[in-house]
Formats: sequence, structure tokens, C-alpha cells
Amino acid sequence: MSESIIEIDDLNLTRKDFVPGNEVRWCPGCGDYSVLANMQKTLPIMGVKKENYAFISGIGCSSRFPYYMDTYGFHSIHGRAPAIASGVKLANPDLAVWVITGDGDGFSIGGNHMIHALRRNIDMNIMLFNNRIYGLTKGQYSPTSLLGKKTKSSPFGSVDRPFNPSAIALGANATFISRALDVDAKGLQESIKRAQRHKGASFIEVYQNCIIFNDGEFEDVENKASRPDNALFVVHGEPMIFGKDSDKGIIMNDHHPKVVTLGKDWTEKDLLVHDETNSIITNLLLEMTFDPTNPTPFGILRAVEAPTYDDMLVAQIKEITEIRGEGTLENLFYSGDVWEVK
Amino acid sequence: MTKKVVRINEATIRFAGDSGDGMQLTGTRFTEATAIVGNDLKTIPNYPSEIRAPLGTLAGVSAFQLMFGSTRVFTPGDMPDTLVAMNPAALKVHLRDLKKGGNILANSNAFTDKNLKMAGWEADPLTDGSLEGYTVYSMEMSKLVGKALENSDLTSKGIERTKNMFALGVLFWMYNRPIQPTEDWLRKKFAKNPSIAEANILAMKTGYNYGETTEIFTTSYSVDKAELPKGKYRNITGNVAVAYGLVAAAKKAGKELFLGSYPITPASEILHTLSGLRNYNVKTFQAEDEIAGISAAIGAAYAGALACTTTSGPGMALKTEAIGLAIITELPLVIVNVQRGGPSTGMPTKMEQSDLLQAVHGRNSDATIPVIAPLDPADCFDCAFEAARIALKYMTPVILLSDGYLGQGSGPWQIPDPKSLPEIKVSHPDSSARTEAGFMPYSRDANEARPWALPGTPGLEHRIGGLEKENITGMVSQDAENHQIMTDIRARKVQNIANEIPPSEIFGESKGKVLVIGWGSTHGSIHVAVARAQKNGQSVSQLHLRWVSPFPPDLKAICDNFDELLIPEVNMGQLALLLKAELIRPIHQLNKVRGEPFRASEIEEKINEILG
Repeated sequence: MSESIIEIDDLNLTRKDFVPGNEVRWCPGCGDYSVLANMQKTLPIMGVKKENYAFISGIGCSSRFPYYMDTYGFHSIHGRAPAIASGVKLANPDLAVWVITGDGDGFSIGGNHMIHALRRNIDMNIMLFNNRIYGLTKGQYSPTSLLGKKTKSSPFGSVDRPFNPSAIALGANATFISRALDVDAKGLQESIKRAQRHKGASFIEVYQNCIIFNDGEFEDVENKASRPDNALFVVHGEPMIFGKDSDKGIIMNDHHPKVVTLGKDWTEKDLLVHDETNSIITNLLLEMTFDPTNPTPFGILRAVEAPTYDDMLVAQIKEITEIRGEGTLENLFYSGDVWEVK
Repeated sequence: MTKKVVRINEATIRFAGDSGDGMQLTGTRFTEATAIVGNDLKTIPNYPSEIRAPLGTLAGVSAFQLMFGSTRVFTPGDMPDTLVAMNPAALKVHLRDLKKGGNILANSNAFTDKNLKMAGWEADPLTDGSLEGYTVYSMEMSKLVGKALENSDLTSKGIERTKNMFALGVLFWMYNRPIQPTEDWLRKKFAKNPSIAEANILAMKTGYNYGETTEIFTTSYSVDKAELPKGKYRNITGNVAVAYGLVAAAKKAGKELFLGSYPITPASEILHTLSGLRNYNVKTFQAEDEIAGISAAIGAAYAGALACTTTSGPGMALKTEAIGLAIITELPLVIVNVQRGGPSTGMPTKMEQSDLLQAVHGRNSDATIPVIAPLDPADCFDCAFEAARIALKYMTPVILLSDGYLGQGSGPWQIPDPKSLPEIKVSHPDSSARTEAGFMPYSRDANEARPWALPGTPGLEHRIGGLEKENITGMVSQDAENHQIMTDIRARKVQNIANEIPPSEIFGESKGKVLVIGWGSTHGSIHVAVARAQKNGQSVSQLHLRWVSPFPPDLKAICDNFDELLIPEVNMGQLALLLKAELIRPIHQLNKVRGEPFRASEIEEKINEILG
């Protein structure tokens, strides 16, 4: 987004401004509804004019998202949204560009575009709806489905080792990585706000329940009762504490994260402190994702500053134009050895 | 000894050597000097797909051919008059093409036992009499440059590498070309390394003086200026001309030019050229793959740029789905395919015209798209400009079908007056386009083009995408009737472009026995063959198609005036297939896929065969 901060009150936008008239056609109970609602709630207060938002998506259930936002939108082809969004942002750097994608769209058919968009650090926001299943094609395993997952295309259990998308984002040197839960409005809004404000490619992984083909996939963290003991919500600069009674924490043990109970043996001072600018901490958190002895981390996992592709391109154009002057067709056409026929 | 200067009308020269011998550069420098003299010319490079194939092998031979003359030159020539052979392998590969009685300029120092054996010569052809019937100029090029440069700072390897400049110097003398432009060019190119520049200049001058003073050369040739239309000219390759045409169109449309591309032979020079034009309101994006190249371009088009993507056949295959997206979203986009031999990776450095059906029909569903094909390197400029103009006017992707011969070959380009290029009118709706019913992204203008509403325009927020849309409202629609309407509109929109095509020009009589129809880079060979046939009193005319989709409206009427139709194509009959369906009549075909353009003589023979 352009950093020109417009006074939020001046824009006078509300959630209603982002809701188009058409009917939303996700399955009743789908986790996508909550993400949509939180997006519509958050964008009006971001200081960006409504007409400057552009939502680009690929193919899949979540990729219908742009149709349900009353902004500029482009529902494109399978896996290509990050590439299309790159062109949108480079052609008009004033736009606030959002990519909406799923685990199949973004990490199977579109994996290549995903890593390169993140690597280039083009200033846009990529939101991944990770439901660990192919929903639109009616229930095949996806590249994030866990081993052993029984689906229509893996009736005897998947033998396909899954990706940890946020870890791939880190591997691609993404400058912003967050993880949120579809049922956690506060976490979602925090991720959306921070991503929108972040200059560079932002990656938000949303754990999203597919009520039809993969219901309960994230039950341990979605269920309000079991969530506190299974989810770790990290805050920059604060010790990693979780649990129903906030009595558990994460320490570093033999180079690995380990859960301890606060009390007589351990105090807050012993715990790891989250640092969103430290990739080693981010890596530690991501390692906990598939580890049954550790909680699943959520929150802003990483946020660092780095030059963006779009800024560097614009700066280079400016610099070369200052040195060489604005090119004219005359200059261009006569740039070789010219002769005249009289 | 006084040396004879013989005036000739035209000459064809081929430079051949190892791929490390610098033959492309030597040929290009000779071409520039020839252009400056004022001859008309055409060039064609011929090089292996390996960057450095094993030294001295047949596979590693790289060649560059040009034809120049005092009258119009339409092809790089069939059989060379002069062959420069820097090693035995180069002679082995190219001797069969040399005209009987032609000149061979050879570096005898490279004709060692080892090199001869590697090239498959049993004995040294320069001395064993097997080149009887040719004029052989056997020169110790390596030794001569070694001597001339004995005081230079260069290593012996570096000195050896200047032998191509010696050969160039001999050729400059032989054909009376100026050496100054190459001198200037070398000094500029090696500005940071003057000793290399001076060594090359000295090698070139040594070659020039060798021609002038030694007795082995008795004759040099002069070719008068060609009678080209008045104006200013420069030599240009098709790929550079495409880049310039796109820049010109963007300027005339008041648009930023955006290129999304992935490097591929033989199209990369378009990416290179545009990447160097940062001060021309050009943004280039080297994408992670072919699909991302076109996808980024589609995104840029959506955001309001004049967007283009450039590739060759295999890349085109990868872009296929995205082309469908550009068609259904009705966004302007120029897609350049510099064709090469296929299928699959095929022959990356060899030309072919075999992506025509892919361009016209190669997508899922009924996905019509306009296709324009330039006929020579200079025409690449006009076609690129025209492709962009049509894309913007009709809100459609347009395919420009060039090929490796046009893209990397060159010819003189009459530099247009920028002011004479037509303005391209582009309009974007503003907030007033929103009515009470909302904004209608699929409403239509007189050309059935939809409005190009740009993100950032207040009040016109709308969604587009690959799902079928309802006409006018742009809402997602799976309605049967609407799909028929939209399919018809997309087809009609492309068909209407036929109205933009000026009346076809026929070379020769507009009625007669044989009409030779071509498209793309076959134009030159067909033209020469038809001209010769006409000179022989045969009733033969030429029709050349620039738009291959849609066809020109007068196509059928023109064809009806001829008894026989002949289509020579560097593919196995793709235009013929389309035209048989269009005209419902038999068509004679001349097809070859040998990685090279037609020789005019091949087309002449076919004409003679048809006329009996």
C-alpha cells in the first residue's frame, strides 16, 4: 500500500461499504464466512480508500472471496494469483493488493509463484486459507493434508508428506508471516491490520475448517475448551505463555522448544521471549506446528523490514530517467547507425 | 599490381566458424558497414543451441549469412557467393551450399590433422584438389595476426581470438566496405580495455591490407547503393523492431508499457531490449516462469498498462491457459511468439512456422484471438504497433507470430517519423459511469469492446475473472443462453477486426493461373520466386497475409481469380489446412521443416511443377 496515511475518520468507511449485493455461496458453517466478515470489518479502518483495494484470487473455495468484497477484484486461474497480483502492483503501486488463495491453489499448482512473490518482497498481502483438503473438487487430499489422511483420492490414507506453509514462507525469506484461526476474530483482525500496514510481501496463514470434507481438522485449537492448552498466541517482546490457567510456557531445551509448567521449577524469566524480527525464533515456532508435544503457534510470527521490489523498480526508473532524460521515440529510433537515402 | 574492381548487383556471404570464433559478431559488423554503404540487405544467423559445443566439431559450427545488393533484397540469399571458413568443420558443414565457382576464404592454420579428422576430412581439402571449381583463398590467419600483434599486451590466446577481425578486414577490402564504423564500434565496446580494442582494430587492418597488397587477391567487388525509398534508415533485427513497436504504441496510447517475460531462445532479445529502456516508461518483469510472465502481464493490463509477454513455442504452450483468461476477461494484451522448431524443446535456434494452429486454435473451448504475422524484420515494428493498437481498441489479447529468422535476422528499417505514427485512443470510464443499477463492466461500445475501468477509480469497483460472466452486468453466470451470447460476442469481436485490414496487395496480375499465398517470414523467398516466374512469362502472383486471424475480407474474391493456389510454409501445412476450410477448394502445398527458410529456387521449382 502507499504509505500516505489518510485520516481514518476522513474516509468515513464502514463494513457495509465492503459488502456487495450478491449472495455468498460458501457451505453453511464454512470457516470462510468468518474470515470474510473480519476482512470487511478491518479494511474500512486501514486508512486506504476503498477503490484502492484490489483482491486477486486463484481457483478454489476461498478464491471466490473477491466476489464477496465490494472492491476491485480478479478471480483468475488456478495457482496464478500471486503472479497476476505482482503485475497489478507493479503497474499501479498505489493499490493495496490482496491475494486470496488456498492450500491447493497456493501451495500445489501455484507453489512456484508463491515462493517467488514472497522472495521478491512485492508489497502485497497474501492470505492462505489452509483447510488441508481440496474442497471445490469435493474432497481430495492437499499438499497440507497430514500423513495417513483418508480422502477420496487416498482411501487407504495419504502417503504424501505435508507442507508447513508458513515454514515455506520463511524459507522464501518472506518479511511478514502470521498465522490465525478462522474462529478467532481478534487474531484475524490483528493479522489483517499488521499485514496491510507491512511494507513488503505479507503472508497470513489461516487455519480454516472445511465443514464438509475435513470437519474438525483443527478441533484441538478451534474448540474453545481445548484451545488454551493447544494454541500458543505469541506477542512480540513477551514470554511464550499458554494454557487455560496461563501456567504453561516454552523454554529452549537442547536447541528445541519444550513445554514447561510455571511454578516451582520454572518462572516467566526462564521462558522464550517472542521476537518477530528474529528468524531463529520464527523457525522455532514453526517447528512446533507438527510437534504433538508442543502447542500450535499463532500470531505475528515474523515481521522484518526489507526493500520491496516495487520500490526498487520505481527508484531505478527514476534514477535512470534522471541520468538519461525521458526517452523519446526519436532518441530510440536513432540509437543505431543511421544512414540516409536521398 | 593494379587490382580490378568489379561492379556487381548483389552478393551473398556466409561467415562460418567454431561457435567460439565470433562469427555472429563478424557478420553483424559486416552488416552494419554494408547498411551504411546504402545497400539493401537481409541477414540470417545460424548457430547451435549449445553455447560452446566441443571445439572443432561439426555440431559446434556457427554461421551468419547476409545478402546485399543495389536493388531490393528480400531474402538473405539462397547459395552464398563467398564462404568464410574459419576451420575444417565450418567448411564441411557449409561447402554444399556454396555456389559453384564461389569463393572460399579459409584460415589454413586451423586445418590441422586433428581438426581435419574431427570434421571428417580424410585429407586437407585446401591442398588436395578437392575444392576444384571454387576459388580458394587459403590464408594463415592465426599466424598473420600473431605476427601483427606480437607487441600487444594480449595473451597468445587473446591474440588468436582476433583472427575473426582479420577475416572481416579481408572481406571489407574484398567488397569495398568502410572499416571506420567497426573501428569506432570496437573502441566504444572495449572502452574499459583499450588494448583489446586496438588489437582487434590492428587485426582488422592487417586483414584489409592483406587483401590490398598480397597477390592472391586480384579482384574486389563494389555494389552500388540500393534505390530504397528516400529517408533515414538503420539496420534492425526483428526482435528489436518488436520491442520498438511496442514502445511506440505505448507512447502513442499515453500508456506505460509492461512486459512480463521469461527468457527463451529465440525471443529473449525483446526482453533484453525493453529492460534497457527504463527511461521510456517501460517496466519489465523477468518472471519465475512462462506462466507468471503472462499472468503478471494480465495483472498489469487489469491495472491499466499496455501489457505484453514474449516467448517461443514451448513457452506459448505454458501460457495457453492464461491466454484463455485474457480472452474471457477481455483485457488488452500483446503476446509475442518468436517461433522455433518443435515439438517440445525441438530446435531452439532454428526457425519454423509451425505454431500457427496453436496460435489460432490452441486453447480449450472456442477461444478466438487475432493473430498477426510480420513479413520481414522491419515489418516486426509495424506489426507490433498494430497488434497493440488492435488490443487496446477491441479489448482483446492479440498474438504476434514472429519466428527465429525474423527475430534474429536483420534488414534495413526506414525510420518512421514518430509524429506520423497514429495516435492510439484509449479511454477509461470515470465515476460517472456508475448508474443507479451499478457499474456495467461488460457493457459494449460500437466495436463490442467492454469498458476498461481501472482499479483506483472511485465507484466502479467490480469483479472480473475466468468464470463466465453475464453480458453487460459482469455477474458470474452459468446460464446457457448467456454463454452462447458471450461466445458469439468474443468471436464477432475478433471477426470485426477484419474491417481494419486494408485491401490486400497482390504482387503481379490480379487474375491468373497460380496464386502463391504466404504468411510470415516466407514473404521474401516467395517474392523472389514469383518475380523470377513472372520474368519467365509465367502467370503467377503473390498474396501475403499479415493477419492470419481474422483473414482479410477480400481473400476469397482474390483466390477465386486464380486457377491454382500454392502455399509454401515452413511447417507441414497449417495455413493450407485453415484455407482449405475457409475456401473449400484444393490447395497445392510446399512444406519443409529443416530449421531454415525456403530458398527461392525451391518455390520456383514447385511453381514450375504446377504449371507443368
